[in-house]
Amino acid sequence: MAQATEGRRRVKGRELSVSREELTKAYRDMLMIRRFEEKAGQLYGMGLIGGFCHLYIGQEAVVVGMLSAISEGDEVITSYRDHGHMLACGMDPRGVMAELTGRRDGYSHGKGGSMHMFSKARNFFGGHGIVGAQVSLGAGLAFSNGYRGNDRVCLTFFGEGAANQGQVFESFNLAALFKLPVVFVIENNRYSMGTSVERATTAKDLSRNGAAWGIPGAQVDGMNVVAVKEAAGVAVAYCRSGKGPYLLEVRTYRYRGHSMSDPARYRTREEVQQMRAEHDCIEGARANLLALGVEEEALKKIDDEVKKIVQNAADFAQASAEPDAAELFTDVLLEAPAA
Amino acid sequence: MTTQILMPALSPTMTEGKLARWLKGVGDEVKSGDVLAEIETDKATMEVEAVDEGRIAQILVPEGTDGVAVNTPIAVLASNGEAAPALPQQAAAPPTQPPAAVPTPPVRPAAARAPAPAAAPPAPAPVLAVATADKDWGPMKHMSVREALREAMVAEMRADERVLLLGEEVAQYQGAYKISQGMLDEFGPRRVIDTPITEHGFTGLAVGAALNGLRPIVEYMTFNFAMQAMDQIINSAAKTLYMSGGQMGCPIVFRGPNGAASRVAAQHSQCYASWYAHVPGLKVVAPWSAADAKGLLRAAIRDPNPVIFLENEILYGHSFDCPVADDFVLPLGKARIERAGDRVTIVAFSIMVGVAMAAAEALAAEGIESEVINLRTLRPLDIATVVESVRRTNRLVTVEEGWPYAGIGAEVAMQVIEDAFDWLDAPPVRVHGADVPLPYAANLEKLALPQPQWVVEAVRRIV
Repeated sequence: MAQATEGRRRVKGRELSVSREELTKAYRDMLMIRRFEEKAGQLYGMGLIGGFCHLYIGQEAVVVGMLSAISEGDEVITSYRDHGHMLACGMDPRGVMAELTGRRDGYSHGKGGSMHMFSKARNFFGGHGIVGAQVSLGAGLAFSNGYRGNDRVCLTFFGEGAANQGQVFESFNLAALFKLPVVFVIENNRYSMGTSVERATTAKDLSRNGAAWGIPGAQVDGMNVVAVKEAAGVAVAYCRSGKGPYLLEVRTYRYRGHSMSDPARYRTREEVQQMRAEHDCIEGARANLLALGVEEEALKKIDDEVKKIVQNAADFAQASAEPDAAELFTDVLLEAPAA
Repeated sequence: MTTQILMPALSPTMTEGKLARWLKGVGDEVKSGDVLAEIETDKATMEVEAVDEGRIAQILVPEGTDGVAVNTPIAVLASNGEAAPALPQQAAAPPTQPPAAVPTPPVRPAAARAPAPAAAPPAPAPVLAVATADKDWGPMKHMSVREALREAMVAEMRADERVLLLGEEVAQYQGAYKISQGMLDEFGPRRVIDTPITEHGFTGLAVGAALNGLRPIVEYMTFNFAMQAMDQIINSAAKTLYMSGGQMGCPIVFRGPNGAASRVAAQHSQCYASWYAHVPGLKVVAPWSAADAKGLLRAAIRDPNPVIFLENEILYGHSFDCPVADDFVLPLGKARIERAGDRVTIVAFSIMVGVAMAAAEALAAEGIESEVINLRTLRPLDIATVVESVRRTNRLVTVEEGWPYAGIGAEVAMQVIEDAFDWLDAPPVRVHGADVPLPYAANLEKLALPQPQWVVEAVRRIV
């Protein structure tokens, strides 16, 4: 039995650390995010989504790999480039898309939008629009785990742009000082809006940003979901064992602009095309699956399923009504208990 | 199967654009992500990428066309392997207005007391109950505001395991102002937590812990330092409940001394009352007496919302009678009439209640009986109590230590004008701190902060 599994994991003579089933699931999850984001871009183009909309296309392996290493009850928090994280957390694509279109069936009843979405049920704590703010909030989520004495871990995602914010370093210090079970995940997609990482910091290896406080770190190929999962496993196990925070720099790439209105003149078309052609995380997973003997037909079936779910979400998000006008005044304050 | 490619909206404000250039022509194969065309928007020249795979069957809008409305079909894409369908020269679908580009008129929230315009959504229920005298809580004890604050925190921490205190010097040092003296001994370092000097960081941390169900009390050594953490207080603590559609509350208390102390000059002497009171999603409390401090802080800790609790350093050492009952608590959002009178209503909060009381004493010697209202809570504001009083006295003086511009006095006066204009026999008068950064020199500092005499003179002007 063990031998048979091993055989199925071998690609080009190398052992994969994931089973065929695990890789198939990762492929499906990444594809779901890709198709969802493409659809979101399309709806934005049709004027059905307004305001700021930051797509995750290209970075799918990061969140899918990271979330494959956590357990039920662990927390996730991220920035405004958050659609992928929500889907990976198991939130309903229909509810996410309906929030993007600003409708009553959205996760925030249309009051949050693309950048501000939450799911208490799925332990997803947002969706934060202020660059870097989620990092100290994530430290606080981890703090509450330590306070309660449970073994939950918080994954705190932020970009390499946010990594320069003062409160991120404050959070590193606090997390190390209080030994908080938090994995800090820098999604280095190379550009903070239009400023390349080289133009923003002299630090060459962001995984060492926590070194001053003794926070262990590692750099990971964020275009390879298996590599991300492996690194995530190490980081999460470290935090869960009570040793304190861990820092991952996941090197990734976004294919689309910073937001929908970004003409992306700060990089060449060729650079983007080369990443897509040579390092795409979904194509990489697909090639490995084929090498493991998964039939084209099976992958086609997944593609079709995913497309159907996304189309269903898009239809749902357009059919859902706008929030009731009375919703304007709800959820400002909670009712205080009687004294 | 064919798909129409529509003129996309490429920015939040774009309603039309110029189709500058086609990069693909009829018959070209396209893959998802290929650049199809360049479009000049109101902001920049943008590339339009293909979403679907297929072959360009028809181009409907030639390059160089100006003023192409968003959602106009610009090309037709045929699925791979299909013959280009014979299409009418002009696509049938008329350009549709994108829903998002149609601005809906902003809805002005109707003031709770004003009649709602027909189209306005239902406004929240007005809070119109008038303050009654505090319930009789039985035996009293003379105690300082400092002790009262400590007793409130200790009582709530004993009652609720989720409550914790964190801040600079709160534990081993026993509190920069000795508010938390002895608490480390009783509750240990798990619940009384010293932080490094890192307001932005520890505020964010505490807000995160509150979002996850704990009930932190954050002590700022003074509220001046909370400016470093303003983003977390406003953007994270106050707004998350709303942005999450009611899923994620933030039960947290931010407390510490606010306003001028004594001779610590501009950067350490500022009243933040109107800053925080401006923000929906926050409650803002400003106690004066020991009973205020204890009763209101207990309510603040129990409240499921973020509460800004503005103390005053000078008052820490002042002593008042305070109920000793175990269950003593005061409601948030209720003012207290500290002194009854019929000639003028003097509205104050925090240390200025004492100033107003001294003024009322002096005025009484002249035969002018003033009603002094201690607001206790600044948001939600108990305007009903103020209005009820003004309807009897027909005159209003507000007193605050902070700056006048967009201050609490301005807000109270405006609300009284809205609700009791016909009862006013004179324009409201504001007494406030001088509109300058607080100076260091003893004489200048005194000239900048409201004195009882200022209140006396303000009252004399209108009675």
